[in-house]
Amino acid sequence: MSGETPDLYQKRQSIFPRSVKGRFRNLKWAILAVAYGMYFLLPWMRWEREAGPDQAVLFDLVGRKFYLFDLVVYPQDIFWLAGLLMIGAYLMFFVTGLAGRVFCGYFCFQTLWTDVFVFVERLVQGERPARIRLEKQPWNAEKIFKLGLTHLLWLVVALLTGLTFTIYWGNAPELVVDLATGNAPFPAYATTLFLMSTTYVMAGWAREQVCTYMCPYARFQSVMFDRDTLIVSYDQKRGEGENGRAKLGKENKTPEERSALGQGDCIDCGYCVQVCPTGIDIRNGLQIQCISCALCVDACDTIMDKMGWQRGLVGYSSQRVEEGGDKAHFLRPKVIGYFTILIAAMGLLVWSVTQQAPFDVGVSQVRQPLFVKLSDGRIQNSYEVKVNNKTGKSLTLTFSVEDLPGAELDMGKFQTVELRPEQRLRLMARINLAPEKFDGKSRHIEFIATPKNTTLQPVGHESVFYIPGR
Amino acid sequence: MADQSQNKAVQTTGHAWDGDLQEFNNPLPTWWLWAFYASCVFTVVYWILYPAWPIGDTYTKGIATTTFQNSKGEEVTMGWNTRAEFIKDMQSGTEAMKQAEYLKKVSAASYEEIVNDPDMTAFTQSIAKVLFADNCAACHGVGGQPALVGLYPNLRDDAWLWGGKLSQIQHAIVAGRNGYMPAFGEVLSNEKIDQVANYVMTLSGLDADAAKASAGKAIFQGDEGGCYYCHTSAGTGMYSQGAANLTDAVWTVANVPGAETNKDKIAVISKVIKDGIQRKMPAWSERLSETEIKLLTVYVHGLGGGQ
Repeated sequence: MSGETPDLYQKRQSIFPRSVKGRFRNLKWAILAVAYGMYFLLPWMRWEREAGPDQAVLFDLVGRKFYLFDLVVYPQDIFWLAGLLMIGAYLMFFVTGLAGRVFCGYFCFQTLWTDVFVFVERLVQGERPARIRLEKQPWNAEKIFKLGLTHLLWLVVALLTGLTFTIYWGNAPELVVDLATGNAPFPAYATTLFLMSTTYVMAGWAREQVCTYMCPYARFQSVMFDRDTLIVSYDQKRGEGENGRAKLGKENKTPEERSALGQGDCIDCGYCVQVCPTGIDIRNGLQIQCISCALCVDACDTIMDKMGWQRGLVGYSSQRVEEGGDKAHFLRPKVIGYFTILIAAMGLLVWSVTQQAPFDVGVSQVRQPLFVKLSDGRIQNSYEVKVNNKTGKSLTLTFSVEDLPGAELDMGKFQTVELRPEQRLRLMARINLAPEKFDGKSRHIEFIATPKNTTLQPVGHESVFYIPGR
Repeated sequence: MADQSQNKAVQTTGHAWDGDLQEFNNPLPTWWLWAFYASCVFTVVYWILYPAWPIGDTYTKGIATTTFQNSKGEEVTMGWNTRAEFIKDMQSGTEAMKQAEYLKKVSAASYEEIVNDPDMTAFTQSIAKVLFADNCAACHGVGGQPALVGLYPNLRDDAWLWGGKLSQIQHAIVAGRNGYMPAFGEVLSNEKIDQVANYVMTLSGLDADAAKASAGKAIFQGDEGGCYYCHTSAGTGMYSQGAANLTDAVWTVANVPGAETNKDKIAVISKVIKDGIQRKMPAWSERLSETEIKLLTVYVHGLGGGQ
């Protein structure tokens, strides 16, 4: 080091992952196809509803309703989000404890989009050696054309990604036309542009740096690992033998020859390193950068098949197995605990969703003034009643009051009110009580809204009737 | 960096004090530096566009402007400021336009249509609540019930001095009201006033001296007091005069419910008879638009359960 001035910050080494074929690659392509199919096509799916938009999945921020097929989520259902987040968290704890960074390797959008971007890169520029050559070669027409085309295609993918995200928040066919003709609202453009640029930067430029330096999950997933967690690892004993790995030569072509020389089964072809999207060498053991994508497993399996040797030199393993233990133990207190909480949270959420009230009734007492004395000597309390029809059909409600004998509910012309589908309404209600009932004690009362001509159950809401002393 | 051999490799600022005292050169990360430069550029652009620097008792106005309509309907353009932006947003913002459109609909609807439509009623109530707070609450109280009995009418109860029909309420807001009762202290002796007060107590079923009440009845129903001119011989009051109904449980001027003993109750009634009443509600037709008066009418009608 002495003599030269070292750079304080390491420059990013470009990574050019080589393509590979195999079972994990196929699985990843399948997951990618399903995920992209869902993400890109869902906003276009139409759905029949009695009221509301005909889009299957629509997050209507202005109307404050989220449409998910036959489910309509209202702001009051916000705690479902807590349930969803909890399930997401525990699902990740559970899966990570059991099988390591499955999410990172197979499902994370960073991994999925990077996969697509690398695929585009390969389509335009060729396989790994060609891409390395292209990077090294001086700027000329070929380099400008190929790199330009790559970035152009990346931008197209990024634009489609951003656009698709945006149309989840509005009527997709209409919004796309509006966006194209310049009639869409500013937030739609901002969202599209923002997601387009993040997609382009993250999947095109930043790639594995997102996982290594930016992503919090990557960091805290490591604390969920234990000796039995599945990890992608290199069979050190088999690969290195007594005298280490060795490239194929004339005298070490068969396992027998190699073991005689004390060499392991690893022929040091470097394929596992070349396919790695994060640029690590799995043979150095478990590393923070490893996202468990298992592409190195496919790479090594390909080579082993070609050699006619047994697969599994690089494969799913666990620390216990590596240390010479038997199979990984799956039934561990931690895993069972996570699983129990996960099932409980899922059960609660499903129960809560199925129990969604078909209509809401909210009652708040008017406190200014708290009561008023009427000309006939009765006491009157006023209330603000809010109702929200979530049935998707029109609904007729009749109001009544319980738990206050002798009370008279007066809601004027709206004691029985018809609500349109999805209509929210605020009504004034008054309750009168005759003087002989006064005892200076406030009472808990219950407003009951009874639906007409349906099988729906009445819904009640508690409130208070204030009775002044004589 | 404790290791001596590594120290040599690290950049220094190139300056040596006391022969060997040097300072490491630890430059900022490039991305951070560029972000800093970018924010500097942003700041300068901001200074040019928006109000920024105080200069004495004024400030740099910036070249950005806001255009809105003032209360006279003239277009005004002024330097960008949040207050003007707010006014502009209230005039031409998406939500404001939606509200204005619905307001137009309510404005064109008849009273009958408004009070029969739950949507229009709810809309009217939320808008009029603000109008009421701005214009009416100073006397009538925020909730429609004044803080003190007697000074201003309570709009929450079901007793209406001038009538509780929508047309009557509208008229009260448009033209105002003059609440007047002559001061009987000049024509009646204290004793007679006490007798009338006793009679008034009996009208709403309160305990009173029977003999005094009977004498008071003669004054009330006869030409000496002439109270029945306005309060009617039954004591039920008269909307056209704004005369109170004396037979119900509501006391609009004398704070009878607030007085503890019967003697005190009679005393507060006597005081009203003696001093009379001079109450005035101003006319609002000059200050409020027709639509605003319409909204307030529906609101007040709804407060006390109008007739």
